[in-house]
Amino acid sequence: MNTNTPDPHVVKEALLKAYPTKLARKRDQQIVINDVAPDGTVPEVKANTRTAPGIISQRGCTYAGCKGVVLGPTRDIVNIVHGPIGCSFYAWLTRRNQTRPPTGNSENFIPYCFSTDMQEEEIIFGGEKKLTKAVEEAYMLFHPKAIGIFSTCPVGLIGDDVHAVARAMKEKLGINVFGFSCEGYKGVSQSAGHHIANNQLFKHVIGLDDTPHPEPFTINLLGEYNIGGDAFELENLLERCGIKLVATFSGNSSYDFFANSHTANLNAVMCHRSINYVAEMMEKKFGIPWVKVNFVGADATAKSLRKIAAFFDDAGLKQRVEEVIAAEMPAVLAAQAVAKARCTGKTAMLFVGGSRAHSYQELFKELGMRVVAAGYEFAHRDDYEGRKVLPSIQVDADSRNIEELHVEPDATRYLPRVDEARAARLAAEGFTFKDYEGMMPEMEKGSLTIDDISHWESERLIELYKPDIFCAGIKEKYVVQKMGVPCKQLHSYDYGGPYAGFKGAANFYREIDRMVNSRVWKTIKAPWQTTGPRLTATFEKG
Amino acid sequence: MLLRHTNPEVIEREGLTINPAKTCQPIGAMYAALGIQGCLPHSHGSQGCCSYHRSTLTRHYKEPVMAATSSFTEGSSVFGGQANLLQAIQTIFAVYNPRVIAVHTTCLSETIGDDIPQIVSKAREEGKIPASKFVIHANTPSYVGSHVTGFSNMTRNMVKYFAERTGVKTNRLNIIPGWVEPSDMREIKRLAKEMGVEIVLFPDTSGVLDTPLNGKYEMFSTGGTTVEQLKSTGDSRATIALGPLASSAAAEALDTQCKVPCEILDLPIGLTATDRFINTMRSLGGITEVPVSIMEERGRLVDVISDMHQYFYGKRVALWGDPDQLVALAEFLVSLDMKPVYIVTGTPGRKFEERLAPILAEAVPEAKFKQGAGADMFLLHQWIKNEGVDLLIGNTYGKYIARDEDTPFIRHGFPILDRVGHSYFPSVGYTGGLRLVEKILDALLDRKDRDAPEESFELVL
Repeated sequence: MNTNTPDPHVVKEALLKAYPTKLARKRDQQIVINDVAPDGTVPEVKANTRTAPGIISQRGCTYAGCKGVVLGPTRDIVNIVHGPIGCSFYAWLTRRNQTRPPTGNSENFIPYCFSTDMQEEEIIFGGEKKLTKAVEEAYMLFHPKAIGIFSTCPVGLIGDDVHAVARAMKEKLGINVFGFSCEGYKGVSQSAGHHIANNQLFKHVIGLDDTPHPEPFTINLLGEYNIGGDAFELENLLERCGIKLVATFSGNSSYDFFANSHTANLNAVMCHRSINYVAEMMEKKFGIPWVKVNFVGADATAKSLRKIAAFFDDAGLKQRVEEVIAAEMPAVLAAQAVAKARCTGKTAMLFVGGSRAHSYQELFKELGMRVVAAGYEFAHRDDYEGRKVLPSIQVDADSRNIEELHVEPDATRYLPRVDEARAARLAAEGFTFKDYEGMMPEMEKGSLTIDDISHWESERLIELYKPDIFCAGIKEKYVVQKMGVPCKQLHSYDYGGPYAGFKGAANFYREIDRMVNSRVWKTIKAPWQTTGPRLTATFEKG
Repeated sequence: MLLRHTNPEVIEREGLTINPAKTCQPIGAMYAALGIQGCLPHSHGSQGCCSYHRSTLTRHYKEPVMAATSSFTEGSSVFGGQANLLQAIQTIFAVYNPRVIAVHTTCLSETIGDDIPQIVSKAREEGKIPASKFVIHANTPSYVGSHVTGFSNMTRNMVKYFAERTGVKTNRLNIIPGWVEPSDMREIKRLAKEMGVEIVLFPDTSGVLDTPLNGKYEMFSTGGTTVEQLKSTGDSRATIALGPLASSAAAEALDTQCKVPCEILDLPIGLTATDRFINTMRSLGGITEVPVSIMEERGRLVDVISDMHQYFYGKRVALWGDPDQLVALAEFLVSLDMKPVYIVTGTPGRKFEERLAPILAEAVPEAKFKQGAGADMFLLHQWIKNEGVDLLIGNTYGKYIARDEDTPFIRHGFPILDRVGHSYFPSVGYTGGLRLVEKILDALLDRKDRDAPEESFELVL
């Protein structure tokens, strides 16, 4: 167990010293020693900027954020990747988006990989013809209700117009066909892809089906991707509380849910980074307010359920929420007590995603563990410092390349969900909308916040801190473990989960206990490699 | 059903590939480059390529896979990636300090038309490449060939960049192992040692992608073919290239460049292909007699095949994956009197059909095989739906077909994302043949035990 952490200034210097001057200057602004002022202000961190060429980064590309993250988990859209084979191949079933089609015959295209498998000929003469054929063949084979087309790097360069193909096919086939200009080189990370995906979902799908819901308490869950069954857990919780879930963007999700999602009364945002655009646009166009929730951690789950209940301000709902929390908590606390006794005081580092490095800190706190360093792979400043810094974020050339949709209130369907009187009442109760405070205000003084951490920096951090657990992704996992430190994947959950909600929290406690206390870490040295003083003494005596 | 939309009716497709039996060139180049000691592969393109390739290789090996990227942005895509690569080279040598950077291109940088040798020579002029360090490259456009092509291109360029002909011949043989596992490369080295033949094996990922856990992470392990060994390949007395699609380009380059004669063989998977490999090593290595130890290994394989022949006989098998692997596997299955009835690979290249057709012509005239465009796992599954098989052999993606069709399944090839073993236990050589035979029997006999009526559930098989 490691109770003493090194001086963060010394650590920072050690991280920067290998870099060429210009790069060191840049990284200096992305490695921040945390210090929360009494008013909640935190130091500025440079984020959402380019990774220096040559740096071994965790980041992926725009296509990955668009196709892989946001659109991938929806079971009934045929997602055709327009490009050479690799892009579609690598995104084939690798993100663990679980889905549960209503019947054994219902549409589920998630186990399939669709590609135009572009060849040199198409690079030279254009690939629109092959793409058109591919869409027609997909229709002929599967008759889906919707087809998405995803552009990969060369598509943008050779000038194939995927949107024109989509329009033509939509007309010809009579189903919804839409394209995404999500070429890998756009933006600086997956984040640009999330934005592009949000835009197209908003333009082409959301709002197509006005069927109202009779239930009084209707919400959408935004930024929940059902990794390891998280969404199943949350669906169950919400249902027991009497909250009707209209759509989840995008986990266990269906095209039909998206089309109807504008009928909900509240958007509850989990992963702020990947989906806040949809939340903002739905508010502007349809008047649906949004709140930040976090269903990672038992306390956070309870708090989020209470927040939703507070929004609807209904005594019956509030009571049901309390009953569900009361029913769930004993098992969670029992699991927590067992794990906490074995984990407390240990240290953790989290370098992952655009929200998980924050949300998972809850679970470590519940285990009595300290988070000594954390950072995101593709987040923006607001995810670190809170949305209050939004006005001061400078839009650079890379972000300007991503379309910002201009959204106006819908002429007939704009309906504010909260009138002025209720807004005042909620405000008086301390209820806040659009309220993401970011990761840093919740981190302890002297901890490190590192944006877009590099392989070099991770290795040094582990050497200097010797944390008890490191959380990252598949590319980092085995590096960390070679150093004798367990690494929990927080993208794929190491094929476990769910970790959301109450049952998820209990799963996570057990998992972290298993990992930090695994006997394997004690077997790294062979018995003959430990030359303790007792052996020497025995020898001398003998 | 997981693949519930797969309809048995086969229609000719011109535009749509579904469930591919291949991936793109750069990952093959990355894998090959990891087989050079002290080498950091570098992906000249968008970040996503590098991230996807590293992730896939990591999932396959459960090992660190390091590679850097030029991190293209929209600007680089318009103005070219020269500035990115120059900066990358400088950063990599400053921060990670490899001995070799092996640059491969991507569809993006190929479409732009970046000239890598020109950029590298500029880096050298600007003093960004320290003395005694190397930057090599291979062009690996993702829209040509497949991952196997990328492996072949990078391996060939190891020759182009390093092989030297000093005029003084050594007694060594070069062996190019093809796209096989670290375990296979280790086994090839063991067999050569057992034969008493001195070899240079390249690329060699043993000791790179199967490193021990000892509490320390070394970014560059002691495994891999050294630059000195690669240089020496030009003086070797001959080259044995295993797997025509993955290895013949490098062998032919050595012949052209340094006049090292070559023999191109199938991968030594199974009895007869291993026989040819051992025999070629014997003749090119000037060995008069194959050692008893190897004869015994061979005899043990023949023994098990004869012991258990009744369970192999006539069993229908579907295979998918890479052409060199498929040819050797098909030959092995035929030698067991099994019937490889369906075979697909997304990798194009005439050599596949040329080798496969004669293997199947007499023994399995009903076999269907297809390569390149349209040869995907969707088609394979459709064939299976029309007439089933007793066994599936291929990469992890086959588990969806195996479950839907309730068919025994052996994981072989790339990628294997859900099991371990391939890194540690070879499938080449006689020992590898034994392992394959064991796996085939386990799969078939487990099924027999599962399905047998109680009265004919057998203790002894």
